[in-house]
Formats: sequence, structure tokens, C-alpha cells
Amino acid sequence: MFPANFEYVRTHSADEAFAALQQHGYDGRVLAGGQSLIPAMRYRLARPAVLIDINPIKDLEYLREEDGFLCIGATTRDAALEFSKVVLERYSLITSVSKVVADPIVRHMGTVVGSICHNDPAGDWTATALASRAIMVVRGKNGVRHISIDDFLLDSYTTAVEEGEMALEVRIPIPDAHTQGSYQKIERKVGDYATCAAAVQISLNEDGTIRDSGIAITASGPIAMRVSAAEALLRGQKPSLELIKAASLEAPKIASPNPDQRGSADYKRDMTRVLVGRGIRESLERLGVSL
Amino acid sequence: MTQVSININGKQVSADVENRTLLVHFIREQAGLTGTHVGCDSSSCGVCTVLLDGDTPVKSCTLFAAMVQGREVTTVESLAPGSALHPLQQAFWDQHGLQCGYCTPGMLMVSVALLKQNPNPSELEIREGLSGNLCRCTGYNNIVKAVQQAAQMMSAPVLAAADD
Repeated sequence: MFPANFEYVRTHSADEAFAALQQHGYDGRVLAGGQSLIPAMRYRLARPAVLIDINPIKDLEYLREEDGFLCIGATTRDAALEFSKVVLERYSLITSVSKVVADPIVRHMGTVVGSICHNDPAGDWTATALASRAIMVVRGKNGVRHISIDDFLLDSYTTAVEEGEMALEVRIPIPDAHTQGSYQKIERKVGDYATCAAAVQISLNEDGTIRDSGIAITASGPIAMRVSAAEALLRGQKPSLELIKAASLEAPKIASPNPDQRGSADYKRDMTRVLVGRGIRESLERLGVSL
Repeated sequence: MTQVSININGKQVSADVENRTLLVHFIREQAGLTGTHVGCDSSSCGVCTVLLDGDTPVKSCTLFAAMVQGREVTTVESLAPGSALHPLQQAFWDQHGLQCGYCTPGMLMVSVALLKQNPNPSELEIREGLSGNLCRCTGYNNIVKAVQQAAQMMSAPVLAAADD
């Protein structure tokens, strides 16, 4: 399977890539790790006229904590997070997701920012970005825009990145000492699209009540979705099994999965309940809460 | 068309290729190295795995050759330049880690990368490390045993030297 041919532009700086995007307008498409885009091109699901390769831009390959955020550059590979000491020590949600994205080889090429921009209905990083309340940094004609992940993810394969714009970075708020998370994923085999998955992050107050939470499901509809009703239920409450059950029951209410070989719609909808429940429970266990 | 020049197993290979040429086809058709196989053709099976810049395993069916311009690629042909097998090849032989052999180049290259990164992996670490590669013959057990044997063989010379 060969992709349709395209014009190839290799860029070595963000300025160069941005200029190429201006020049090619609608025809231009950023090529980062390519682990979603290249298969899509091979299946002729995508047919960009011009690929603007940002892989050689070393300035965009970074992972650093700055101003309260973990900042992940546009060409930073999934594997960089998987093997980062800082991430392993402090970011339990990201640690648990970074081991189950695609497969170990694909994670050496695939990028976090690219995955969020691809906005696949079954994306792992999109759900993670929702649960951790990430902010996307996008360069546009009028300068750099900071967009909350909720406003960034618009529809399947569609984001707030407009023609001629380029995502530079994703920023994930640094979790404090009272915050833990968990990623729960069912897949038929390593590397397959998720049958269903849920990203959860919980923050506690000093008195043990829940200060805030981030709960998102993916592979459960046209786009990864925040389960706002579950977050609202948990806020200010003391953790208990009844509370977890009540919160997890909110997930299937907003899920609209497609039936396929991975399972029926009913099964997948029910799995959103199961995985959200497990995610909340594991997050609380990591916070030392006994239920 | 684009001019692509890639160092493959220490040898510079340059060619004018279509922009859409995938790395695996560049390796097989321009460099003539057919040890790197095409399997699923959709980044699922891992038989096309090669190493980028020495130690990073990548699926060469899911990279354009142009993306690798000026970089180094290592393929399965580099493992045994002479007649002596690489410890991983020997271990696959000893442990019957292959039947039809189609997946083996990818299994070997990802194992090379795994053992570079983690010279003494546990069985679980090996299974996780190989989880992006499919084998339809062996049931994986003998492949895991082979990687375990190779890990021992590859750390053995150091031990032997310490005994002297």
C-alpha cells in the first residue's frame, strides 16, 4: 500500500515550518512522528498535498518543568515520557498511559503533541490531556495562542488548530503531592486501538475530601470526552465505594461507542463505567486512601 | 522526487526516490538489503523493525525514507558480518526461536535494542519489549528463552574476564 504522492518540505526550525505552513495554506500538513498519519495516508484516508516534516527540529524536542507545567515539545516522542525519571516519580497518570500507547516500537517515533493533534476517537493522549487539564500552545498568524484542551478537541480528527497554524507544545499542570492518576485501557492486543479506555486524576484536600478530579473516556464516541457529571459528583466528597460507584455510572450516560469486532456498543458503554470506576479506585489507592 | 542519503550498516546509500518512498522499500530496493521484511504493511507486526541512529527501534514501513535523510540505519544484515552468528542469532538457533523465520529479523532487531537498553531484562520485560512484534508460529515462548540466553551470553565475557 503506497500513499498518494505529495510534496515534501524538510524544516529545521519552528520559523521555517511556520513559513512553509503559510506558503502552502490548506495544502500543508505537519508531519511529526507520522505513526498515525502515515498509516492513514497508506490507506488513502488522508491525502495531504504537502507534508511539512518537523522531525529535524531539535528545538521542539524537549520535556521540562516550567512555570507549574510539564512542557512537552512538538517532536518529543512518547518514549521520552515513558523513560523520564521526572515523569516516573511524579506523574502517575502519564506513567500509566505512556506504557500502553500503541506498542514499544511505535512509541519511539510517535509524539504526544502529534497524537493530540490527530485527535483520533480512540486516542490515549487526548483522554489523558482532558483528565490532567492540559493546555495546548499553538502558533498562529497573530502570535502564540494558549488553548485549554476542552476547547482544543473539536471533533473526530479535528482540533482548534486552524489553517496555517502549528501546535508547538502541550502543557500538563504539575501534580501536587495530593494528586494521583490512573489510566485504564482494554485492548485486544498491544498496539490495537483501545476497545475502551479511561483516564482519571484525583486531587485531595488536607482533610481527605476530594478537591478536584479529571475524568475522561476514549474509544467511546466520536472524540475523547470529559465526564463532567462524575467530576461534579466527586468534588468536595469523602471517598467511598458508594461515591465511586455513583461517579462511574455517569460515564455510560455520555458514551456513544460504535460496535465493531472489539465489542458491541452495549459492552463498550458498560466498560466506560467499569474503567472509570477502576481508575478512580486506583488513583485513590495511590493517594493512600483505604476504602 | 527527492535525493535521500542514508548510512545503512556503515555504508552510505544515496538515491533519488519518490517522496512517498517508505524506509523499508529504500532499504530493500535501493540498498538491496532484503533481510528487512514487509509483513502487515501497516505498523502492526514489527517484521520491518530496524534501528535508527544505533539504538532506537523503529518500524521502517511507517517512516518515509526522506525522514531519515542523513541518519544511520542498522538492519539485521549487520548482526553477523562474518560467519560467526551474533549471540542473539545463536540463541534463536539454540532455543528454536523461529519456525518459518519471517518475523525473525524484526524480533532480532528489537531484541538488540532491548538488550542495549536493559542488559538483564526479566521475562516480563522481554515480553513487553517484544509486544510490538507478531509471530504466528512459535507461541513466543522460545523467542523469550532465546532473548534470555542471549542476555546471559552477552554478559558472560565480562564475567569470564573477571575470573581470569
